Amino acid sequence: MRLKSAYGLKFIILLCLLGVAFLINISLGSVDIPLEDIVKILFGNESIKGSWQDIILDFRLPKSITAILVGSGLSISGLLMQTLFRNPLAGPFVLGISSGASLGVAILILGTSTFAGAAATLSISNIGIAIAASLGAFFVLSVVMLVARNIKNTMSILIIGLMFGSFTAAIISILAYFSSAESLQQYVFWTFGSLGNLAWSEILILLLVTVLSLGLVITIIKPLNSLLLGENYAVSLGVNLKKTRNLTMIVTGLLTGVITAFSGPIAFIGLAVPHLTKLIIKTSDHKIILPAVSIIGAIIMLFSDTIAQLPTSEYTLPINAVTSLFGAPVVIWLLIRKRNSY
Amino acid sequence: MITNHSHIVLKTENLKIGYQHKKQTLCIADKINISLSKGQFVCLLGKNGIGKSTLIRTLTKVQPQLDGTVLIGKIALESISNIDLAKKMSLVMTEKIPESNLTVYELIALGRQPYTNWIGSLTEDDINYIDLAISQTNIKHIIDKRYNELSDGQLQKVMIARALAQNTDLIILDEPTAHLDIQNKVAIFKLLKTLTQKYQKTVLISSHEIHLALQLADELLLMNEKGLIAGDTETLIADGSVSTLFSSNLVTFDASSKQFVINTD
Repeated sequence: MRLKSAYGLKFIILLCLLGVAFLINISLGSVDIPLEDIVKILFGNESIKGSWQDIILDFRLPKSITAILVGSGLSISGLLMQTLFRNPLAGPFVLGISSGASLGVAILILGTSTFAGAAATLSISNIGIAIAASLGAFFVLSVVMLVARNIKNTMSILIIGLMFGSFTAAIISILAYFSSAESLQQYVFWTFGSLGNLAWSEILILLLVTVLSLGLVITIIKPLNSLLLGENYAVSLGVNLKKTRNLTMIVTGLLTGVITAFSGPIAFIGLAVPHLTKLIIKTSDHKIILPAVSIIGAIIMLFSDTIAQLPTSEYTLPINAVTSLFGAPVVIWLLIRKRNSY
Repeated sequence: MITNHSHIVLKTENLKIGYQHKKQTLCIADKINISLSKGQFVCLLGKNGIGKSTLIRTLTKVQPQLDGTVLIGKIALESISNIDLAKKMSLVMTEKIPESNLTVYELIALGRQPYTNWIGSLTEDDINYIDLAISQTNIKHIIDKRYNELSDGQLQKVMIARALAQNTDLIILDEPTAHLDIQNKVAIFKLLKTLTQKYQKTVLISSHEIHLALQLADELLLMNEKGLIAGDTETLIADGSVSTLFSSNLVTFDASSKQFVINTD
C-alpha cells in the first residue's frame, strides 16, 4: 500500500538469491560438471560433451524447474489457506488434498496388488500414478467443498478437511495391511516425494496450471486483504465472502492437486514458507506478500533439493524428509516464539 | 420524533428480530420502529441478553429480520448489495482482528476498499479520505505502528478511523467502549459526538455506559422486556422510561444525577 518502493530492494535480493539457488542446484550432482560449461549448455552451446548435455537438459534442468514450480505453488497455497482460515497452522493440505491424492495412489498401487497380484503393480506408470493422485485429490476436495457449501463458519471447514484426512488415512492403513511388501514399498516411495520424475511435457502441464492459478489469485488479492480484518469486516467492506472462499479453495485445490500428483505429498513447504516470508518482509498486503512467498518458496525448494542430492555422492535423500527436517524446527520455533510474545 | 424526512438515514418499520431455527422461531423483540436522522448521535441501551446485539446484527445485515423492514435511505436493506451497503454504512465491531502485520495506516486504508479498483490501488481521492479520517480521530502519531502494538483505547480510535475512511453517512458501533478505562470511554464518546456535530455523521452505538449516553446522546433506544422505546434523551429521562432499563432491586435510577445508583436496602 504505502512505501511500496521500500520492498523493491528486498525483491531484488530475493531474485538474486533465486538465481544463485538455481545455479547451485543445477551444478551439483553425482557427476561433476564445471559451472561455465553448464551456463554454455543452458545457452545452447553445442560444443560441450554430449553426456553432460543430456545430464543438464534432460535431468537437472527439468528437476530445477519442477522445484521452482512446486516450491512456489505450495507456498502460495499455504498462504491462501492461512489467510482464509485466519490460522497460522493451516497449510495447502488442510482441505484434504494430500490425503485424497494419497488415497488415489494407494488404491492404484495397493489395490492392484491386493486384487490382481503383486506382479501387476510393476506395470503401473508414472502417468498412471499422477492420474490416480489427481482423481483422489479432486474427489476429496469436491466432497469437502460439497460438505462445506452450506457451512457459514469457515473454521468448521478446516476441521472437516482434517477429518477427511483421518478418514482416508484409515482406508490407506486397511489397504496397506492387505497388500504385498513390494507394492507397499512402491507406495511408500511415492509418499517420499520426488522432483526428478517429470518429463518436459509434464512440466508444461505443471507450468500451465501454475500460470492459470496465479491469474486467479491476482483477482482475489483485494478481498484477501480485507479478510485480514476478519470475515465480518470483509463483508461490511463489500466482499462477496462465498465467492472469495470458493475461488481460494479452487486455486489451492488446482495448485496443490497437480503438484501432489506429479511430485508426491511434499510436506511443510506450504506451512513454513509463508511464516518465514512474513519474518523477512513484514507486511500482510497480499500484493507484496504473494510474490515474495512464491520466490522464497522456490528458493527453499531448490536448496532442499540440493541438500537431498547429497552433492558428490551417488545417493539422494527423499525430498519429503529434507523439507520436514527443515520445516519441523521452523514450526516448533514459531510456536515457542508465539508463546513468549504473550 | 420530529425529524425531517429527507434526512432519514436509517428507518425500521414494525421490525421483528430474533432467530429462525428450522421450524422454531425465537422472537427477541417485535414492533421496533426507529428512525435515525443525519447528524444524530444515538445510543442503544439495555441490560445484558436483552437483544442489543441481535438488533445491531439485524440492522447491519449480518442476520435477517423475522418480519418488518429496515430501510437504508429509502431502500430496503435486503435489496442492497454488499458493495453498495459498504458505501452507506460502516461498522466497528466487538470482535478481535486476526493476527497480521498490518500497520495502522494500512488498516485504515482498507476502509477505502468499496471505492478502489479491482486490485485495491489507492487514488489521490482515497488518500485524502484516509488523511481526513486520521485527522478527525487525531491519531497521526501512531499511523506507522503495527495495530497489535496499540493499546485498547488507541485501537478503538483506529477502528473508528477505518470506518470514517469508508466515508458513509451512517456508522454503527457495537459496544465501542467495552474494555476501556474511564478516560478512554469519555474520549471515544466525545469523539463520536464531535463526528455527528462537526461532520454530520449519523452514529448509532450500543453501550452500557448509561451515564455517558444520557449526557451526550441526542436520542436513546431503550430495550427492556416489553420492547424498544425510542425518543430524545431529555424526554425519556423525564417520563421515567430510562428507569425501566433495569427491573431489579439492586439499582435505582436517579434522575437528578442522570445515573443508576446502588440501593442501600
